[in-house]
Amino acid sequence: MSAADTPIDPLNPVMPDPSALPADSPEWRVKFPHVNYINAHYGIKSWLLTKDHKRIALLYLASVTVFFALGGAYAIAIRLELLTPPGDFVQAHTYNKLFTQHGIIMIFFFLIPSIPAVLGNFLVPLMIGAKDLAFPRINLLSWYIYIAGALFTIWALLNGGIDTGWTFYVPYSTSFSNTYVVVAGLGIFITGFSSILTGLNFIVTIHTMRAPGMTWFRLPLFIWSTYATSLIMVLGTPVIAITILLVALERLAHIGIFDPRLGGDPVLFQHMFWFYSHPAVYIMVLPSMGVVSEIVATFSRKNIFGYSFVAFSSLAIAIFGFLVWGHHMFTSSQSVYASMIFSFVSFAVAIPSAVKVFNWTATLYKGSISYDTPMLYALGFIGLFTMGGLTGLFLAALGMDVHLTDTYFIVAHFHYIMVGGALMGYMGGLHYWWPKITGRLYPEGWGRFSALVIFVGFNLTFFPLFLAGYMGMPRRYHAYAEEFQVLNVMSTAGASILGFGLLIPGIYFLWSMRYGKFAAPNPWPATGLEWRTLSPPPTENFASTPIVTWEAYEFRPIEEMEVIGPAPEQSSRPVPGLTTT
Amino acid sequence: MSAADIHLTDAEQHAATALQHHFDNMEQQRVAGTLGMWVFLITEIMFFGGLFTAYVLYRTLNAASFAAGSSGLNVKMGAANTVVLICSSLTMALAVFYAQTGSRRMQIIFLLVTWALGATFLVVKGFEYAEKFRDNHVPWLNFQWEGKMPPGASVPSIRMFYWIYFVMTGLHAFHMIIGLGMLGFLIYFAWRGRYTPEYHAPVELGGLYWHFVDIVWIFLFPLLYLLGANLTH
Ligand code: HEM
Ligand SMILES: [Cu+2]
Repeated sequence: MSAADTPIDPLNPVMPDPSALPADSPEWRVKFPHVNYINAHYGIKSWLLTKDHKRIALLYLASVTVFFALGGAYAIAIRLELLTPPGDFVQAHTYNKLFTQHGIIMIFFFLIPSIPAVLGNFLVPLMIGAKDLAFPRINLLSWYIYIAGALFTIWALLNGGIDTGWTFYVPYSTSFSNTYVVVAGLGIFITGFSSILTGLNFIVTIHTMRAPGMTWFRLPLFIWSTYATSLIMVLGTPVIAITILLVALERLAHIGIFDPRLGGDPVLFQHMFWFYSHPAVYIMVLPSMGVVSEIVATFSRKNIFGYSFVAFSSLAIAIFGFLVWGHHMFTSSQSVYASMIFSFVSFAVAIPSAVKVFNWTATLYKGSISYDTPMLYALGFIGLFTMGGLTGLFLAALGMDVHLTDTYFIVAHFHYIMVGGALMGYMGGLHYWWPKITGRLYPEGWGRFSALVIFVGFNLTFFPLFLAGYMGMPRRYHAYAEEFQVLNVMSTAGASILGFGLLIPGIYFLWSMRYGKFAAPNPWPATGLEWRTLSPPPTENFASTPIVTWEAYEFRPIEEMEVIGPAPEQSSRPVPGLTTT
Repeated sequence: MSAADIHLTDAEQHAATALQHHFDNMEQQRVAGTLGMWVFLITEIMFFGGLFTAYVLYRTLNAASFAAGSSGLNVKMGAANTVVLICSSLTMALAVFYAQTGSRRMQIIFLLVTWALGATFLVVKGFEYAEKFRDNHVPWLNFQWEGKMPPGASVPSIRMFYWIYFVMTGLHAFHMIIGLGMLGFLIYFAWRGRYTPEYHAPVELGGLYWHFVDIVWIFLFPLLYLLGANLTH
């Protein structure tokens, strides 16, 4: 019997002499595979019925990727229409459906679940040293709920779609639109429960399942931002749920609650919608901020400057984020005094975001920086998020907003944050943890190249839109005045570069799952607990419950770190990838 | 070896089988479950909160219509249901108490009584809805208003009151139905002897949920039923 047929106990592998056989060489892995969460069970059932948070993360990864591609297809159609001033590629009502469906898919089915449900699911238990989330079954349920909601929405799309804009403003959505508002709304209603359950699971897990010694202020900052995100999910999502329910009732049964003809008030809808949807923009960007904190620390090899400020700024954003929804309603009939307060608080909410930006920059200062792909994305995030945030301040200023609202300036503002910020963070995080997730390395050269392409393409797509909006080009029309054409051609050209740039990681990620080099447990190397277990981790995450005796981001000489081993006598065994002295 | 010792090992065994693999110990599992339930209840508060906001807004704008609409509700049935629910909260609390102290019989009895009270509530509610239908007070199906019309009231606003009434009490009744299902589950496992002083977290969590649903009603009753009680014309 050769070594390859002998089943190898993952917790008790016989380690080869690392000098004879490099730990990250393919032969090593073939000779000494460990049982991990991916190869522990086979078959479609073992995935669809899994309660392992890591597998559920992969289920989410696959599904949000599909939705990202679908949303991207709508974006391509939008940009094609806007290449020329007249509405020639599609009709007005088709165009309305395009931008609506683009928005609904990207926001509710991609950005909101992306980082929390993919990276959060994978990392929260690993980072705090737990075996799983507190409620594994609820975690799986949340994925099924997400899929159920997605199916409803897809059904609406196939039946002819929806044209209200992702904001569902009444009375258009309740009395005038002839499209599938209720079905699409129901899809979002259902998906909302998936995000509630995910948030609930994270909150309980972070409170109750931290490993011994993992105090609150030793938590990685990703956990803090995930916690803040979960608070928003849990407090905000039920409100959008009841709002959508009322829209459906209004549309189906004319209950009058949003209908002035029956004594209702359409502005109430806007209040309820933005009470959720402003905080929801932070659901999208806060997790990315957490990812960036991790990456910046690791690739400048320094503790985050002002750890506790960064941690608390996440909470501050979550709390203040609930108090600024009125800044979307400056030009509704909202009282001007309310607008003044909302304007003031919107300026205030920029402070914690700025704290983060300053602290990341200070972390870079005199750090030992390396420009690997995750770091490129993180640096991209910092710059683009800053632009998005600063233009947010333009919009929070009452007089300015009257001029800019409903123009392409808004579109540019939120794309700088949601694509330049949230998406960059997600991509950075995927690259950063890819070796941990799959046990394989992605091709670094291609990674850097595509990160740069994406950065260039992104700016070319959206910067011209600031100018177009500032000059008065309104959003949500399929035709526009001649003088905006140059800017729009630039934007469409940029979008093709951006799309091309995003295809590259799509391809090499798939490629690397089969052909990539094997990853060591701690390839960067970084300090978090997730790096102290094997890559990919075993189903139970750690061979034994880790005991944390170090502070967050305590960068020490690499040799000192070791994978948390099963038994004391094994703890000094050679660890793949860490025996590089 | 005394009988007490044997009982203890038995219970420990129970406890051991109830411990899910990813928790370190029963205490951690219990705390996680309790916190999870509280967070869930907070989401419920936010969910109902949207409706309460709509209620407050429109009641402020149309105080007279809301009073008029309220005068069409059956205060007696509403009050009876309030008493029924408060009693059910007491019996639920007793069920939790007997789960903690380990009396299987009393536990089952009080869970059954709670279930019966909850069912009573729903039956009364059903009669009320039927009455509304008879009086042509169901918007969408047959809304007509021939009731009191204080100055400032208008039929569309009264109709809106009835919508809010039906949506709020309907959602509440939906939560009651889920509660009855949950009680059925608890009764079954209590009957199987699953809950011991060492392990009875499901009963406690069920109790939390049940009290929450009661409290929602405690708010709904005065807001909906008592507004128009002394309208004279
Ligand atoms: C730095 C803090 C921020 C401020 C002060 C701010 C301010 C604003 C204001 C005032 C508007 C309304 C403009 C209008 O409709 O006239 C707006 C729109 C928007 N913002 Fe921000 N923003 C900030 C951060 C963010 C973040 C972090 C995100 C997303 C992750 C975001 C996403 C959006 C979106 C999606 C819209 C447009 C919604 C729509 O009408 O479709 N903003 N922002
Ligand atoms: Cu906002």
